[in-house]
Amino acid sequence: MIEAVGLSKRYGDKLAVDQLSFSVKPGQVTGFLGPNGAGKSTTMRMILGLDAPTSGTVTVNGKPFQQAAYPLREVGALLDAKAVHGGRSAYNHLLCLAQTNNLPKRRVDEVLALVGLGAVAKKRSKGFSLGMGQRLGIAAALLGDPKVLMFDEPVNGLDPEGILWIRNLMKALAAEGRTVFVSSHLMSEMEHTADHLIVIGRGRLVADCTVQEFIDNNSELSIRVRTPQLEQLGALLTAHGGGVRTDGEDALLVTKLGMSEIGDVAFDNQIRVHELSPIQASLEQAFMELTKDSVEYHAAVPAGKAA
Amino acid sequence: MTTVNDTVFAGLTPLPEATGRAGFGGALRSEWTKIRSVKSTVWTLTAAVVIGVGISVLFSWGEASHSKESAAELAQRDLVQHSMFGIMLGQLVMVVFGALAVTTEYSTGMIRTSLAAQPRRLSVLFAKLAVVTLVSFVVGEVISFASFFIGNHFWATRGVTVGLGTHGALQAVIGGGLYLAGAALLAFGIGTALRHTAGTITLGVALLFVINIMANFMPSSWQDDIDKWLPANAGSQVWATQHTADTGTAFGAWSGFAVYMGYAVIALIVGLWVFKRRDA
Repeated sequence: MIEAVGLSKRYGDKLAVDQLSFSVKPGQVTGFLGPNGAGKSTTMRMILGLDAPTSGTVTVNGKPFQQAAYPLREVGALLDAKAVHGGRSAYNHLLCLAQTNNLPKRRVDEVLALVGLGAVAKKRSKGFSLGMGQRLGIAAALLGDPKVLMFDEPVNGLDPEGILWIRNLMKALAAEGRTVFVSSHLMSEMEHTADHLIVIGRGRLVADCTVQEFIDNNSELSIRVRTPQLEQLGALLTAHGGGVRTDGEDALLVTKLGMSEIGDVAFDNQIRVHELSPIQASLEQAFMELTKDSVEYHAAVPAGKAA
Repeated sequence: MTTVNDTVFAGLTPLPEATGRAGFGGALRSEWTKIRSVKSTVWTLTAAVVIGVGISVLFSWGEASHSKESAAELAQRDLVQHSMFGIMLGQLVMVVFGALAVTTEYSTGMIRTSLAAQPRRLSVLFAKLAVVTLVSFVVGEVISFASFFIGNHFWATRGVTVGLGTHGALQAVIGGGLYLAGAALLAFGIGTALRHTAGTITLGVALLFVINIMANFMPSSWQDDIDKWLPANAGSQVWATQHTADTGTAFGAWSGFAVYMGYAVIALIVGLWVFKRRDA
């Protein structure tokens, strides 16, 4: 269980995290979603006490992380797989972490075997591939059999096999009743793993709901209507309260009206309809729609491509 | 590769029940593992011994085989300190060690992993400080004792007997190791404050070495007041057997060492404040 209340972080005159309040519950995977620069990493760093909040508080299992009797038994975190001394072997890296929490040495061998790094335990992590580095970070997170797990963008740069492995791992950890908090800037990734979503943009909370609620609330059903009498039908549907946009040369995208209503309006006015099809906006679109005002760095849209 | 079944930890031996809390003992073991498990710190310490003892031997040999002085004249000199001349270069390598012990945590990002495992920062810092102190002291004593005994061999060839029984010798030889440990601690303090390897080594070498060269270009009337306060000058009194303390231009052995350690303590206090307060 992670609970943040009014969490804020200011860097100079930039407010990276702004009055964020949320709770992350055990037994499910909670996705922490937001565009790049939204404040996800900063929030996770504040949970671990790496950064001090400008204001607000955050607790892990009821108390500030600094007060945890054995921190590695409370939280296992993978914030940055590169945050290791590359000159140290995988075994010694985990050993020096385990020792701080009085964890037995055999634990190091066991988690190395668990993540599939047993064969390279004595190798310096400098030579590890991205995926191996990620596995080493996960081994570190699992050392203390922690109640809470935090992963910051864990699938970045991984191959499909690695992505599948991490997804399954997170689900299994949550199924064991642990709290799993995982950040991503890709909605599609969360669609596959998360049960619950906390969405932020520019440091502010945008949504805190289940994945299904997020889909229902944010992905509007629209209907594509293909007709040779584009302007005529468009005007009529607008008059009937529909939201109308053109979609290419000969089609409309209509919201707020059902398919039968659209069909009836066309029939009553003797307008030919060549196609009538429902279009479900993807979660990715819903996410972009929701956070478009809060994306920090917009790419300029190339001329001529603008929708 | 590994597949994850329903229970992630199925194949693992359950952890023993946790009692008490993660404390200083574990932090000490962890910091010792960190020092001994990377090449940079191990090689730096090896280099300190090789350079410290090597330069000492070179200078003792040179003096003993080429000096025109008689045995009686030689015996008048501070041969104990002369035997340990390699400390002058060894201290610079100890600066590198003290710096690397903390700055590599920042250059590699390891500090964030370390503090996520033990968020009680003072526990981490004091454990690191204790291990750096102990290691640099032991290595420092190895350098000073080895230099001293090898030097005595050369003096003996000239008919001068120097031993631990020689006036002030034991204190000076132990002092040589202390002086080297002080150099590492000064750099450790600076490194904790600056979090940057090159900057830390530059500042450490400047304080112990460059500043003395610069002082030579000052008007001589200033030099008498300033010289004795320079870290290396104050600290070197503790590994000398002859002092000019009574003239007022130098400190005594322990008062000089106290001034020297004062610089290290100031650096450590600044470093501690930064370590405790600043975001990692």
